[in-house]
Amino acid sequence: MEALSALAFIVLYGVSYGMVLFTISIGLVVTMGLMRVLNMAHGVFAAFGGYAALTLMNQYSVSLGLALLVAVIAVTILSWPVERIFFARLYTASELDQVLLTVGLAFLGVATLNLLFGPDPVPAALPKLLAGDIDLGIRNFQVYRAVVVLLGAAIMVLLWFIFERTDFGAKLRAAVDNRGKAEAIGINVNRLFSIAFALGCGLAALGGAMGYAIMPLEPMYPFKYLTIVLIVVALTGFGNIKSSAWIAMMVGIVDTAGRFLIPSLGAFIVYFVLIAMMMWRSYSAPAVR
Amino acid sequence: MLMKSAPRDAKTLGPAATDGSERLNWHRVGILEVVYWGCALLVFFLLPQYLAFATSVLVTTLFVLSLDLILGFAGIISLGHALFFGVGAYVTGLATFAGMTEPISGALLGGVSAALLAAVIGPVLLRLRGLPLIMVTLALGVIAYEAANKLTWLTGGDDGLYGIVVAPLFGVFPWTMFAKTAYLYVLGWTFLLFLLARSIVASPFGVALQGIRDNSLRMSLIGTPVLGKLVQVYVISAFVAGVAGALSAQTTKFVGLAVLSLDTSVGALVMLVLGGVGKLYGGLIGAPVYMIVHHFASQWNPYHWMFIIGGLLTGVVMFARGGLIGIAQDIARRLPRKARP
Amino acid sequence: MSGIVLSTLRLTKRFGALVVASDIDLELRVGERRALIGPNGAGKTTFVGMLSGTLRPDSGTISLLGRDITGERPDRRVKAGLVRTFQISSLFRNLSVLENVYLAASEHLGAARHMLRPAAHHRDVVERAEEALLSLGLADDMHSKVSEIAYGRQRLVEIAIALCLAPKVLVLDEPAAGIPAAQSRLLLDAIDRLPRDIAILMIEHDMQIVRRFATSVTVFVSGSVLMTASPQEVMSDERVRSVYLGQSGHERFASNVLGA
Repeated sequence: MEALSALAFIVLYGVSYGMVLFTISIGLVVTMGLMRVLNMAHGVFAAFGGYAALTLMNQYSVSLGLALLVAVIAVTILSWPVERIFFARLYTASELDQVLLTVGLAFLGVATLNLLFGPDPVPAALPKLLAGDIDLGIRNFQVYRAVVVLLGAAIMVLLWFIFERTDFGAKLRAAVDNRGKAEAIGINVNRLFSIAFALGCGLAALGGAMGYAIMPLEPMYPFKYLTIVLIVVALTGFGNIKSSAWIAMMVGIVDTAGRFLIPSLGAFIVYFVLIAMMMWRSYSAPAVR
Repeated sequence: MLMKSAPRDAKTLGPAATDGSERLNWHRVGILEVVYWGCALLVFFLLPQYLAFATSVLVTTLFVLSLDLILGFAGIISLGHALFFGVGAYVTGLATFAGMTEPISGALLGGVSAALLAAVIGPVLLRLRGLPLIMVTLALGVIAYEAANKLTWLTGGDDGLYGIVVAPLFGVFPWTMFAKTAYLYVLGWTFLLFLLARSIVASPFGVALQGIRDNSLRMSLIGTPVLGKLVQVYVISAFVAGVAGALSAQTTKFVGLAVLSLDTSVGALVMLVLGGVGKLYGGLIGAPVYMIVHHFASQWNPYHWMFIIGGLLTGVVMFARGGLIGIAQDIARRLPRKARP
Repeated sequence: MSGIVLSTLRLTKRFGALVVASDIDLELRVGERRALIGPNGAGKTTFVGMLSGTLRPDSGTISLLGRDITGERPDRRVKAGLVRTFQISSLFRNLSVLENVYLAASEHLGAARHMLRPAAHHRDVVERAEEALLSLGLADDMHSKVSEIAYGRQRLVEIAIALCLAPKVLVLDEPAAGIPAAQSRLLLDAIDRLPRDIAILMIEHDMQIVRRFATSVTVFVSGSVLMTASPQEVMSDERVRSVYLGQSGHERFASNVLGA
């Protein structure tokens, strides 16, 4: 029973963590796949989303659902000038420039978060509705986390619908696959970029907001979770939208399992997995670009 | 050499045949270079009360130079270069506990250890480019940091290695707290390794390396064994970084986890970008400027300092791609011919 | 007795379900000037990509001077003597013409391994680069940036680079493409003057160039080799006319062949 309970813990917590990671990462998978821009500042949008939602809930007593909605919309709108001012120049820039500029933006984002909200982590109090537990027999599972899983699943379905069943999605997939040919058949790729970027930032904000009790908000959030988000993106491969959900959940589970089973070293299992996967990929593809 | 892009008059120090082709002329020494190293020497005489700080600036400068070799000249983006700095520091520190207190051989040991590590991971690592490479170097750096953290019996963990003893230099010059020996010792190493870096960059190998940075596929199609060259520069860079780490251990008599931290890797990147990537002197300008400013701003809230770093990185990419040296070169280009140094 | 320098056996490439090149057999002899013609999408560029090593074949083999190079990296093939130029110029645009050619000469002479002496002091490399440029009439452009010289002359630089690498087999991918007619003469003369012992494989669409230059022609259609024969035989072949040229092409063609 011990072992089963532990397994259940790993799976349940891993999946809920993975759902948050998925929501945050999917935007990055699309923008990196589409715009081919290495964006180290993606976590800033997630952090602002989380902080906005928490501020609305804690200081203005807004309900969770409404707070999420407002936070997502606010970040999505604010992402537009950021894209126009900064990211637009990166589409044709070298990888180094992309890394440097976006790391710089990440630093600015972290400094701003500290200026606005102070250096302490935001206490992750749950509204009464979500604070309870569901008894699953093997073990208890927080309502909040169950909601996160459901919400994540809903997002997966919604995104699947958008990408596979709409015009926009088809154009997006075409542009990710082969930008040149997509332009040649009349797709306005620049406008797609702006929309995809806004979508990605909105999703990141949603992830940061809905995951506030799993990934606590603090000024260093964009850096703290940068690595694991990038791991999900790197493992997914650029633009591979479908598999990103499963990979995010796998990363969530592996990370949770590692920390749980081998407390002193477990956090690094994900890093080893990353290194192993990258190495394996580099050997199966030719070494020269 | 600082004024590389200012067209030269006919006075040549080498075969005139390559006049006008910049990359074939890196070997030409500019007057500003002489001024730079002269100043570095003058610091010893004019600022005796700051020598300890100046020594740490030189150590960092050497580390940033090693980063310029791989990043600026070969295009290898690594967020984990502190790995080699740290390896050099710990190996040299530990060696002193085992009785190897002679400084020069100690520094060489640190450098060689780092180089050996690079020789092992390089051929595998450097098959990656772009995001995968960034991720894996980041991951390796973090793993090394945490490993050092856990292996307390070896590294002293959080407390670090302290009480490092270094024998007098050449058996004659003792290490005083005024850092007189330390400064000249580190300056000597920095200058020598700089000369090595300079000759590499000016050589056909260096020219080929920059070609790889600009278009590695094209280079392979003229017969260049790309991976082999990348591994070579990676190993050399690791050696320089390892020596820098060793010097850090020898001059501060202490090795802490910070030598392996992501902070160290990113900090070096920031300093290099500030000075100018791929100009050889980028680190030599960027590190001192950054560290001096940081020294005066050290009372600040660390988060506010992030505004500076963030603004710097963003500003450089958007407005001043060549860093401080790039700005200086731009200004020099606009001066009337006679006024150029 | 001229020997075979390059041969491919059943070389095949698929992209998913699409077979882009199917069972290509080709043999090139010393000094041969082979033109590779065929409609767009017929598989010529794919074939050349497999030769240079940038595309991995799904099956089949490539032999250079009797040695199997099918699995070799692109740089090894260049060192073995198989060199290609590009349809779209891929020179280093911000470097001077001399620097571009220096890179190739340096690698060929083994100087690129040296880290201590300055690049300009390797006189043998500089001279080799200069010679190649002089032989192509590019002396005046030596220190100009590639981006600053006329496109036609940029293509000449590509030839200079190829020469420095001492190829035994040279693959030219539409060398005259994009060059205004006024500038192409320089390029075509240069190709004419290439050493006779190099085997040359040239992708071309311009039949006049084919007629002037080729000793034999291979026709690609839909991923396979339709035929390999002398220019005369190919150009008067019914199948080639109908598949490749279409009706109006046929007429233009006939007038070319008859020298009108």
